[in-house]
Amino acid sequence: MIKLVDVSFTYDGASSPTLDRVDLALGEGELCVVVGPTGSGKTTLLRAVNGLVPHFTGGRLSGEVLVDGRSTREFPPRELADVVGMVGQNPAASFVTDVVEDELAYTMENLGLDPEVMRRRVEDTLDLLGLHDLRHRPLATLSGGQQQRVAIGAVLTASPRVLVLDEPTSALDPAAAEEVLGSLTRLVHDLGLTVLLAEHRLERVLPFADSVVLVPGRGAPLQVGSAARIMEVSPVAPPIVDLGRLAGWTPLPLSVRDARRQAGPLRERLARAEPPPARATATDAVPTLARLHRVTVRFDQVTALDAVDFAARQGEVVAVMGRNGSGKSTLLAQIAGVRPPTSGRVDVGGADPAALSASALVARVGLVPQDASLLLYSDSVAAECASADQDTNLPPGTTAAMLERVLPGLPVDHHPRDLSEGQRLALALAVVLAPAPPLLLLDEPTRGLDYPGKARLVGLLADLAADGHCVVMATHDVELVAQVATRAVVLADGEVVADGPARDVVCHSPVFAPQVSKILAPEPWLTVQEVRTALDVEPVRG
Amino acid sequence: MSRKTLASSGRRGLHPGAWWLWAGCMAGAASRTTNPILLLLIGAVAVYVVAARRTSAPWSRSIVVFLRLGLVVIVLRVLLVIVFGIRLPGHVLFTLPHIPLPSWAAGVSIGGPVTAEAILQATLQGLRLAVVLVCFGAANSLASPYRLLRCLPAVLYEAGVAITVSLSFAPELVMAIGDVRAARRLRGRPTRGFSGLRGTAIPVLERALDRSLQLASSMDARGYGRRVPVARGARRAATAGTATGLLLVVAGLYGVLVAGSLPGGGIPFVAVGAVLLGAGLATSGRRTNRTRYRPDPWRGPEWIVSASGMAVVGTMVASGILGVPGIEFVIYPLGPPTLPVLAAVGILIGLVPAWAAPVEPGAVSIPDGSTTGSGDPAPQVGAAA
Repeated sequence: MIKLVDVSFTYDGASSPTLDRVDLALGEGELCVVVGPTGSGKTTLLRAVNGLVPHFTGGRLSGEVLVDGRSTREFPPRELADVVGMVGQNPAASFVTDVVEDELAYTMENLGLDPEVMRRRVEDTLDLLGLHDLRHRPLATLSGGQQQRVAIGAVLTASPRVLVLDEPTSALDPAAAEEVLGSLTRLVHDLGLTVLLAEHRLERVLPFADSVVLVPGRGAPLQVGSAARIMEVSPVAPPIVDLGRLAGWTPLPLSVRDARRQAGPLRERLARAEPPPARATATDAVPTLARLHRVTVRFDQVTALDAVDFAARQGEVVAVMGRNGSGKSTLLAQIAGVRPPTSGRVDVGGADPAALSASALVARVGLVPQDASLLLYSDSVAAECASADQDTNLPPGTTAAMLERVLPGLPVDHHPRDLSEGQRLALALAVVLAPAPPLLLLDEPTRGLDYPGKARLVGLLADLAADGHCVVMATHDVELVAQVATRAVVLADGEVVADGPARDVVCHSPVFAPQVSKILAPEPWLTVQEVRTALDVEPVRG
Repeated sequence: MSRKTLASSGRRGLHPGAWWLWAGCMAGAASRTTNPILLLLIGAVAVYVVAARRTSAPWSRSIVVFLRLGLVVIVLRVLLVIVFGIRLPGHVLFTLPHIPLPSWAAGVSIGGPVTAEAILQATLQGLRLAVVLVCFGAANSLASPYRLLRCLPAVLYEAGVAITVSLSFAPELVMAIGDVRAARRLRGRPTRGFSGLRGTAIPVLERALDRSLQLASSMDARGYGRRVPVARGARRAATAGTATGLLLVVAGLYGVLVAGSLPGGGIPFVAVGAVLLGAGLATSGRRTNRTRYRPDPWRGPEWIVSASGMAVVGTMVASGILGVPGIEFVIYPLGPPTLPVLAAVGILIGLVPAWAAPVEPGAVSIPDGSTTGSGDPAPQVGAAA
């Protein structure tokens, strides 16, 4: 269905090719996952499939990309719209119309389908993706998960043979991600659709994958194979695979079910081992850095936060979880004083953050928003680092050094806009982390980050917490929470429904439990690292 | 509950063309009078209908922008008259220092005595323009601009979507300003003053442009602009027909609005132009084979709403032709305005859509006063600037 023959692609002005002599063939009804480190060219590969690369990006493409027998050389993206459905990284940016139903019909209108066919397909798609209640809603009022489903539905209605998705679950909460992936698998099985998707959260997609394409980046050749085979060699692997490697399971399990069937002996061993040490939880004696007192925030008719009480103390890493649109981002925005609350009081270091001057604010709070590119203004990575040093009166080179810690080897002469999503995030993180604000707020800090990047972030956050900083992060990434959070707060419809030590909150929730916990339940282990430590010390206990 | 029943009845709100027709008629009526009572009445009717029938969509708040714009227009108009205006005789309120201008600038004056009559006339002219603006604001609030474009013939639709992209540029810009300012604050940089402005402008433009490019690539990937080959000659003839027709229609409409400027009140121009335009569009339309999903039907409510608009402008024009006193506000001698009953009753007919138009699914207000269409938007940092 999709065939890439000896494809190389170089962006204009780039010194080395992003794709180098790529050969790839995908059959009908195959669900293929593209994995690889941040900035390795996954998005470029996906966009080459429907011709957006190079028709929209410029640059030089050699070789041949064939989709359903049509070459992107002769067919521009619009002539491939009936074969390839493309869902980009940011669904909201791809919406053309303004109401859900019209958006679903847009591609079909362009293809000139019969009105009756359109009507039927729209109804089918509404049911298939559970969008029925939203059909008349303006797109701007949808939550992230709903927007993602509409974006998928909008390309599905044209009944393409190939579906290409770039990080379809990165903005979704675990339940919504399951839902989207479930729908995709159903499409593959029922309609024989070929699906090519890039994803960093492998733990979510691997159980569904027929094959995996590993894009190692830096010009190294692509590797294609079954998920289990690629995972044996992949530099990026989900916790389940890491645990499998640690315990020496063969074949490597890819789903929780497979792992649990093999995990009996490991569970027995761990039952005898020292339980994981409790993470330091802050007591009332520790100074509070930020406090929300019965804060309510309303946008028009929507209550984003409803009389929320919240406190963040020194040395804590607080994870704020909850489904899309539950008020997580609003909570962070409140602490950072982005806008005053509708009612209630916000107190950050004894002051109202919304009333603070910009320079006084950054001395207390650093916030990395969901759209990290908002924080970047300069025209190169190096200039961005230099101006960040200047802004906060740091010795020159501090931000650059911090960037090297977050994501080493970022090309310093690139424009921030030319970086990949994950690289941009790393740069924004470095800019905010450099002045080491006592209170650090992160909104979805792992979007587009690969596992090594995540591991570095985890180390960084743990160090900050140990130094007495406080980190509050809004995230859907349960593995991140498992690795670093000391406390977890769960929001639902703007209300706090759970607040306690991360281990308790996470283990007791079927939705938010990390993979290791699902495999080893009822044992209280959350991460592979904890298991590794426990197994290392086990012989000592006897 | 009401959303369910409406959705299942297949009703998707009033045809946007009907709203625009109604609003256009209201604006036309406003442009025919300077009587402050009538003007305010027209404005009030437009605002009331919007309040009764607007949806929860983002564009439904645009009436507020137009109301503000209207106020600005009035203030500007008065200020201009005070400084530069024609010196109408009458009750002098105050005198500005007069700056003599050379003879070639006759007709323009700076400073001098300012009379109550001059200010009143300026206010009324400003008010008229403001009410016209509010009427268009009402149309913008009631009908989604995108849905209006959907009603256009295929060939115009293509151009229309290009216009949508450029139109979406403005709201994008406004949103980007909020986002960027919030983010600048997070970087510890000033958000106000000159340096704040300079630091905001470039990222804002960049973001809005980026977004437009993304939109363009998304439209392309979804089949926008697929073409069916058509002979070159036919294409050129179609373009010429469309252009000539459009010019004639515009000229004719000018004739209709400005009495006595064209023979036959401009109506023959409109008729010939419309025929040419239609033929041109039909020919060019053959190049695209796009179809339309659930075209908005034109049924009873659409007829009622557009008829109510026609009634408003009809009574106003009739009153003008009959020479009913009070349609034009007379500033000499200065006195309170009179109320032309026929025109006032006519304007009140414009209220009919507040009941006759169906409530759009997801609307803000429904007859029992409860609300539907609650949403859970994911608020971005600084999305509400």
